[in-house]
Amino acid sequence: MSNEGRQVVIPGQILGEFPTFKPGRGTFVENQKIYAERLGVLNIQDTFINIIPLKGRYDPIVGDFVIGVVEEASASHWMVDINAPYPAMLHVHEVPWEIEFADTEKYLNTGDTILAKVLTIDESKKLQITLNDRNLFKLKGGHLIEFEPSVYRRIMGKKYSMIEIIQKYTRCRIKVGKNGRIWIDGDAEGIERVAQAISKIESEAITFGLTDRIEELLKKDAKDVR
Amino acid sequence: MKSDIKLINNEGKRNDGRGPKDIRKIKIEAGVLHRADGSCYLEWGGNKILVAVYGPREAVPRHTQNPLKANVQARYNMAAFSVEDRKRPGPDRRSVEISKVISEALEKIVLTEQFPRASIDVCIEVLDAEAGTRCAGLTAAGVALIDAGIPMRDIPVACAAGKINGQVVLDLGKEEDNFGDADLPIAISPRTGEVLLLQMDGHLTYDEFNEAFDLAVQGCHKISEIQKKAIMDKYQNAAAEVNE
Repeated sequence: MSNEGRQVVIPGQILGEFPTFKPGRGTFVENQKIYAERLGVLNIQDTFINIIPLKGRYDPIVGDFVIGVVEEASASHWMVDINAPYPAMLHVHEVPWEIEFADTEKYLNTGDTILAKVLTIDESKKLQITLNDRNLFKLKGGHLIEFEPSVYRRIMGKKYSMIEIIQKYTRCRIKVGKNGRIWIDGDAEGIERVAQAISKIESEAITFGLTDRIEELLKKDAKDVR
Repeated sequence: MKSDIKLINNEGKRNDGRGPKDIRKIKIEAGVLHRADGSCYLEWGGNKILVAVYGPREAVPRHTQNPLKANVQARYNMAAFSVEDRKRPGPDRRSVEISKVISEALEKIVLTEQFPRASIDVCIEVLDAEAGTRCAGLTAAGVALIDAGIPMRDIPVACAAGKINGQVVLDLGKEEDNFGDADLPIAISPRTGEVLLLQMDGHLTYDEFNEAFDLAVQGCHKISEIQKKAIMDKYQNAAAEVNE
């Protein structure tokens, strides 16, 4: 297979002239020329030049589903680690439960895992998350593993094809956060195999035909398939 | 400091066989550590340097946070076994200074305004030293920052020039540094040619300075190519291998 169309770019690399192309994510303009600002894969859509990062910390965007770990419970809010450069605040108004003042610890305490949504990001990157939406809840039990946030799209696959294959062959409940965390619930063997598949996706993220290879890997030792 | 040690022979060759405009052998490998966000291992002549990058992460203690941009905190540290006589561990006057100048050089190249209140930590560990460790450390830090996926305007690169036995040469070795007349380490942004770091030890005339500076800039551009190749080797070629 060829590697064309998946061109790796490095910071400071010139990508195009400004009037013909427009700078998208991961680029900057200097003297009418567009340069790459980070390591990633070049992606040109219409006239927009984008860079899909290969590595780097999770950059929160409003509306992202994330998996957070509660760090601290205060009287009126919790501080949650969502793998971003900054901790996120979860206010008592943003949870589905009625909470008396200073009763926060009864509902969520240090070390609890939650599936949340990014609510707001302000100028100085202060983050707020919410649990007030469908499909948002506290995750009980299960296993948490981390991955490189930039490979989120590969883990989900086209129209969720990849994640459905993993679920089909391992019979695990899986929740994927955009912030580079996966929560898995199932038997020990299944969890092990999900972790194996994820690390393979991570190391081969910029290659073609990955979904088929993952299916092969999982098919090999699959016992019963629903 | 004048000495009568012969550092350059009559044919213009230096003690290690290099010509006056040759750099030492450089080997760069990106992404060698698993726990750090980004890392780089570099060998430059007899220098062996390991760099780890962490972040961007929330700056602690809180009063160091800048609400408008991120701090870049480089820490240059020499291992006790990196020099001939055991070096007393811990920061000393020299390493504090080098940490400061490297931090300031990197701050100019990282897009710090994207991460207010955060800090980006760069740990430069010198495992084996043989003159020019600050240049080697800065060059390795540039590769490690890219490996960490940190947005930057360019890849910083550093190289030294100097004067031995009255002649301007590129990239001083250990004896040349100890017994030479002057040492001029510089760091540049190779895309724009901006100077990020410039220090000088010893004496140079105005003309010699200009000659040494131009030579060091040429050296930086050569090393920049090696840096870019190291990153491409790690990412582009890794992709190609799986595809075949």
